[in-house]
Amino acid sequence: MNEASSSLLSVTFATLKKDIRLEWRSKDALNSMLFFSLLVVVIFSFSFDPLAEESRLIVGGLVWVAFLFAAVVALNQTWARELRNQVLDAYRVSPAPANALFLAKVLGNFIFVIVLEALMTPLFVIFYNLHVLGPAWQLIPLALLGTWALVVNGTFFAAMSLRTRNRELMLPLLLFPISIPAVLGMVAGTTAVLTGDNPAHFYIVLLLTYDVVFTTACLGLFETILHAE
Amino acid sequence: MKRGFIILSVITACLLAYAGYQALVVAPTERTMGDVQRIFYYHVPSAWTAFLLFFINFVASVQFLASAKPSRQAVAKWIVIAIAIIGVIAAFLPAVQEQLKSTGMRPSALATTVLMLPVFYFLIGKWFPGQRLDMLAVTAAEVGVVFCTVVLVTGPIWARPVWGIWWATGDIRLTSTLVLWLIYVSYLVLRRFSNSAQTQMLAAALAVFGALDVPLVYFSIWFFRTQHPQPVIGGGGSIDPRMLHILLINWVSFLCFAFLVCWARFRLELLRRQVEDEYAMESLGEAASTGARASLPLKRNAS
Amino acid sequence: MNAIKFLAAAYIATWLIHGTYLTTLVGRFQRVRRELAELGKSGQRRM
Repeated sequence: MNEASSSLLSVTFATLKKDIRLEWRSKDALNSMLFFSLLVVVIFSFSFDPLAEESRLIVGGLVWVAFLFAAVVALNQTWARELRNQVLDAYRVSPAPANALFLAKVLGNFIFVIVLEALMTPLFVIFYNLHVLGPAWQLIPLALLGTWALVVNGTFFAAMSLRTRNRELMLPLLLFPISIPAVLGMVAGTTAVLTGDNPAHFYIVLLLTYDVVFTTACLGLFETILHAE
Repeated sequence: MKRGFIILSVITACLLAYAGYQALVVAPTERTMGDVQRIFYYHVPSAWTAFLLFFINFVASVQFLASAKPSRQAVAKWIVIAIAIIGVIAAFLPAVQEQLKSTGMRPSALATTVLMLPVFYFLIGKWFPGQRLDMLAVTAAEVGVVFCTVVLVTGPIWARPVWGIWWATGDIRLTSTLVLWLIYVSYLVLRRFSNSAQTQMLAAALAVFGALDVPLVYFSIWFFRTQHPQPVIGGGGSIDPRMLHILLINWVSFLCFAFLVCWARFRLELLRRQVEDEYAMESLGEAASTGARASLPLKRNAS
Repeated sequence: MNAIKFLAAAYIATWLIHGTYLTTLVGRFQRVRRELAELGKSGQRRM
């Protein structure tokens, strides 16, 4: 048992280190995500041009729409890298636990999206003249839990859509309907904190439940997906 | 088989006609909503049928995933039995009974509902072995989406004259039904876009994800609703027993109709797979007949 | 009067949706049957 868990951890961290090093050298995913969400910010700020009061109401939705679409850009690339040179097939025949690969991919994507959010948030504050009225620290658990919710299901469905025709198109089609409660939680929670009208506790609990349920489901089913014949 | 189908279609047509007559002519007119309320005799049975079909899809998908490995099958079996036992015991706990009293539901009714779960699970596993589980899942999902579409179309048609708006974003039933519809449409899209042998596993996994999502959708919208201004929606209240009677007649006839459609869709799936198998056999046969030539380059490569 | 219009719309819409689905089902049946017949023919030819 102990040996199995240590091999799970070591494989996870080896894969994670490899992914981060690859990303650090190429910066493909991060650059495309950054540019994409920058475009979203600029286009939305042109099309709405809101006052500070109004922007508090809409910016929760804008931020998460931008991050959601940017995350899809990164998620689509996670497994494509492993398809080249049959790396994924090699994984399949190796004795390494399947969940280690999955966890490494989720953690990698999580780090990328969090970095993106950290870089983009100041821009949102500048473009929309944001001034938080509620308890601002609650935005941090909302962001962490919300990002995990997007990334854990996104990585799973990206692995799923590898087996389909036009896989780049499949990922959002599968991911968005399932993510609706999480997106609702993030958007409504962020709006609640920004306006300070309502408590955001329920949304944090909702996101936490969502994360626990779907992380368990993903870990339980990933092996089946990886080895599906 | 074919005669049974025709007999059942005739019975269903008669039932539907009778139920429609009851709903449109015999049923008493509702006091506040007037004749528009008669939409409910189509709307509500369609919703129940759709939910039942999605539930069948879920059970079939779980069975299909479980049947891949014997060890997993045993685990799934015990989980289902455990859920049933816990549910039956919980129904008679004083704390739960207090909760039930407010909804007007008897504990024995809840216990029976929970007991139906393993019965359903094992019966589906018994009647639909192997590949047929997957066929049942796709059939139930597709027909369920059709019924769900009916719910989503008749809902706004009812809401317009009663609430004055077509769609209330905060309304928990309409919105969660819409999300359910989206999930199962994405399930059908997945099945359409990948025809490989792995599709069945992927689709079963997606069905499980969708089913896990349903309670979360419900609670998220429920809480969202409490924070946002709502159109005035008259809910609850007691229902006239005659209305309930007619509602049940309509449900039975729609269930028969859904059963017929599922039967046809299931046969179509059987035929479709037969065609696929024969195509595969034919290409195998062709490869065998031209095998001498085809194997030459392979041998050359090997040497 | 207005209520009757909405009522009729809902009932017609319901059967329209079911009718459309049944029509596609019939179409798919015909296609599969045709394919099956063609397969049978080509199979006989090879024999």
